[in-house]
Amino acid sequence: MIPILGLVAGVAVGLVLQPEVPIALQPYLPIAIVAALDAVVGALRALGERRFDDRVFVVSFVSNVLIAAFIVFLGDQLGVGSQLSTGVLVVLGIRIFANAAAIRRRVFHA
Amino acid sequence: MPEDDDVRLATSADESPEAGTADSSADGPEDDAREDTGDASPRPVGRRRARQLLTAVLLGLLAFTVTVQLGQDEADSYQNLRSVELVELLKTLDATNGRLSDQIEDLTATRDDLRSSTNASETAQKEAQRRLDDLSILAGTVGATGPGVRLTLSDPGDTVGASLLLDTVQELRDAGAEAIVINGFARVVAQTWFADDPATGDVLVSGKQVEGPYVIEAIGDPATMAPAIDFRGGIADRVESRGGTLSVERVDSITITALADVVSPEYARNVS
Repeated sequence: MIPILGLVAGVAVGLVLQPEVPIALQPYLPIAIVAALDAVVGALRALGERRFDDRVFVVSFVSNVLIAAFIVFLGDQLGVGSQLSTGVLVVLGIRIFANAAAIRRRVFHA
Repeated sequence: MPEDDDVRLATSADESPEAGTADSSADGPEDDAREDTGDASPRPVGRRRARQLLTAVLLGLLAFTVTVQLGQDEADSYQNLRSVELVELLKTLDATNGRLSDQIEDLTATRDDLRSSTNASETAQKEAQRRLDDLSILAGTVGATGPGVRLTLSDPGDTVGASLLLDTVQELRDAGAEAIVINGFARVVAQTWFADDPATGDVLVSGKQVEGPYVIEAIGDPATMAPAIDFRGGIADRVESRGGTLSVERVDSITITALADVVSPEYARNVS
């Protein structure tokens, strides 16, 4: 219940404040969002399988975001930022689809 | 076949350190146990509450970021473009810029042309209006006012004829008279003619009958025109020698309202 409240509060704050994304953060934000989404979908799957753990979720969420941002940062420094971003996105996308497939199988048995 | 795919993917996903799933499967039993006995000891409940709050904060952060990012994408669509596309875009903008600059120059030149021609035509119009005013007074098509002299020529013996009247007018013109009227109704201009009327002994001025005493009003410099009439052996003496009297009066402001008949030239045409 509390997490859903947090979700709603986050959307509301974002809509009300409408802040500008700082220039320095602009390349990392989309990747960080996808990484966080991966963590969230994984958590949803675990929730469905009744083995969800707050601690694991928090750690994986934070580490996913930090690692994704770091990889993009590294890519920018090496001059292959866009390629590395694509790579990270592909990997995260595969994981999200895999987790989504697991959830789907569990819910629909298909 | 999709079944197989799903299975394989799921297996690989399970093998990888999944977010919140694979790890938790390791210590899953512990958690379950803790959950079951959670009500008994207060400390784990507090920790669970804290973790739930942390989860909520993280989810809120994610939602906030997604919202901000979605709003951001509308603001500028250039940040996702590659450098090649940006260079292309920049070239296009440069070309457009150059074209528009040329257009601005053209239009500015046109505007300056129009402005100067407007000025020129305004000046020409003013000049033409000034000439029109001048010529209207000389042609006697408008009234006139200004300083001048008033000559009163009384002629009891009817001895003053057209020729003397004409000489008087000529003398006034010599002295710079700009508008002349006789008896207040006969405007004297370039076309005006003088003749004796044999039947009545009066004078005809362009066909208008003028009787004595003649009052000749002339607009011009009074200090020049008065002596031109008065001088010894001049008009005044001639009038007196014929038994008439001529008085010259300098007037500060004479207003002439009589107009000359305007005759359009029948044969003469403009040269230009």
